Amino acid sequence: MFQVLINGAVLGSVYALIALGLTMVFSIMRVVNFAHGQMYMLGAFVVYYLYGEYGLPFYVALPAAAAVLAVVGVLFNRFFFQPVLATATREENSMLMAVGTALLLENLALTVFGEKQRGVPAVVDGAWIFGDVAEGGAILTYPNAMVALLSVVFIAGLLAFVQYTRPGRALRAVAQDKEAARLQGVDVKATTTLGFAIGAALAGLAGGLLVTVYGVNSGVGTNISTKAFIMIMIGGAGVTSGAIVGGVLLGFAEAIGYDLLPGSLTYLLIFVGMIVFLVFKPNGLFGKPWG
Amino acid sequence: MNPLKKRDLAIALAFLAVLAVLPLALGGSRYLLSVLMNCAGLSLIAFGVWITFTIGRINICQAGFALIGGYTTGIVLSRYGLSFWVALPLSALVSALLGAVVGSFILKLRGIYFSMLTICLTEAIRLAFLNGGDFTQGSKGITGLPQPFGGDSALPMYYLSIVLLGLGLWVTWRVHYSRLGRIFRAMRLNEDLAESFGTNVWRYRVTAFAIACALGGLGGSYFAVFTQSVYPQSFTVEHSIYYMLFCFLGGLEFVSGAMIGAFALTILFELLSQFQQYQTLIYGVLMIGVILLLPNGLMAIRAAKEARS
Repeated sequence: MFQVLINGAVLGSVYALIALGLTMVFSIMRVVNFAHGQMYMLGAFVVYYLYGEYGLPFYVALPAAAAVLAVVGVLFNRFFFQPVLATATREENSMLMAVGTALLLENLALTVFGEKQRGVPAVVDGAWIFGDVAEGGAILTYPNAMVALLSVVFIAGLLAFVQYTRPGRALRAVAQDKEAARLQGVDVKATTTLGFAIGAALAGLAGGLLVTVYGVNSGVGTNISTKAFIMIMIGGAGVTSGAIVGGVLLGFAEAIGYDLLPGSLTYLLIFVGMIVFLVFKPNGLFGKPWG
Repeated sequence: MNPLKKRDLAIALAFLAVLAVLPLALGGSRYLLSVLMNCAGLSLIAFGVWITFTIGRINICQAGFALIGGYTTGIVLSRYGLSFWVALPLSALVSALLGAVVGSFILKLRGIYFSMLTICLTEAIRLAFLNGGDFTQGSKGITGLPQPFGGDSALPMYYLSIVLLGLGLWVTWRVHYSRLGRIFRAMRLNEDLAESFGTNVWRYRVTAFAIACALGGLGGSYFAVFTQSVYPQSFTVEHSIYYMLFCFLGGLEFVSGAMIGAFALTILFELLSQFQQYQTLIYGVLMIGVILLLPNGLMAIRAAKEARS
């Protein structure tokens, strides 16, 4: 059982990072970025090429993944989402645009990178062993520990940024009320761009971290997006604390499920559980009601 | 009758008439017929998505209900040996009932919440069939389903697909251009306002969803016998997204939009079959292009010009 808790904590911390990126974009633009999982996949590929293929150090490859995805985020926002949000007569348009960008990214990746599953050499080697593994002890490998630790650091960094800096305050202001923020002199356009870039960069970071443990292939995007949707729906879309709680909950649910149930049954139960949960709490744990 | 409705009707009828006589011109080429049969089945399923668009919900679980219809047909045919003519309406009924039950809970969610939930629902339905054990045959699926018509000719099956397409179109038409359709539109524009005028919003949106699921089930059943098999992978989230794209490409203001979109895209890709490996890539580009350049769909091109002049 101890092992399950460790697995849950590791998964939960990265999932929280993924959910934070999605919720950030949602809170600012009221758009669910369906391409979030595909951005995660791109981040993983950046690390795969820079670190795995070209042998650059990991501490260069990981920030590079975040930077590349931030640029992708800015471009998507500028050329795809802003024009649609400015002219759309139905809210369907921005959502379909998000779905379109997800399809586009995934299939570009399939064409460019192929379908093969890729992995990278371990960044750190070794493991902590707690007690006798055969008798309820547990293993925490260094790569897993590194992933969890870095995720927590990034999450803490983001929270501090949003809480204490000027651009962070602008982000929160825009998320709360766009018009009021504009009246207070906040540059809404630049702040929106910043929010989208941060959201995309977080997806890239998560991908770059998890590629060291699970590897990556071009098709993981939809799977990751679906998980991210579950997390932000449980926590409440657009709420920072909700994203973190949702991520941790899903991480533990997945770890426990994989321990007790055969294969794909875990997610069937998670889906059913989530649908039942949303029937009783349609806004998630911390969400505000909205239309 | 307003001009838009008149145009909608004219296009729909002309389209069905062309499809009815087309086999004479094509001379029974199996390949061309099967392309058209594919389009007809896809349109049938897409009509359901179109109906949920009219109540202001973006429905991404249509593939799930098509899968339910397909499996109902598959199980009824292979396990109980009933006739296809029993299985077809039964599949629609099972999908509609399940849709009504699920819908009565999830339809209170709106906007993006509803869309995200329906994605999860499609996955849940697929996983349920994958884990169905002996009953659903797991990932092996149900294969070797009998065809409803004996003989070598593809024509009876072709006309079945056209009749089903006509049925789907008729149902959607009846729903949209009636009192029911007006209520749906009122709900899309402002659900709370519609409710305050005494509309039983809950009942009408469950009705809309059940009709949509019935069309999905009908389409799934049709595809099960058309391809003579059904697998958990037969209808996935990706398919749900394509149905949405069909509706959007055709136009959300016109009943025939879903049909026009499905035929246009599917035939386009048969013509570009040497680019098969880039198919979904082109779908993605097309989707973005359509939303940026043609936000009201193909059917609205002339309407937009008329409005401008």
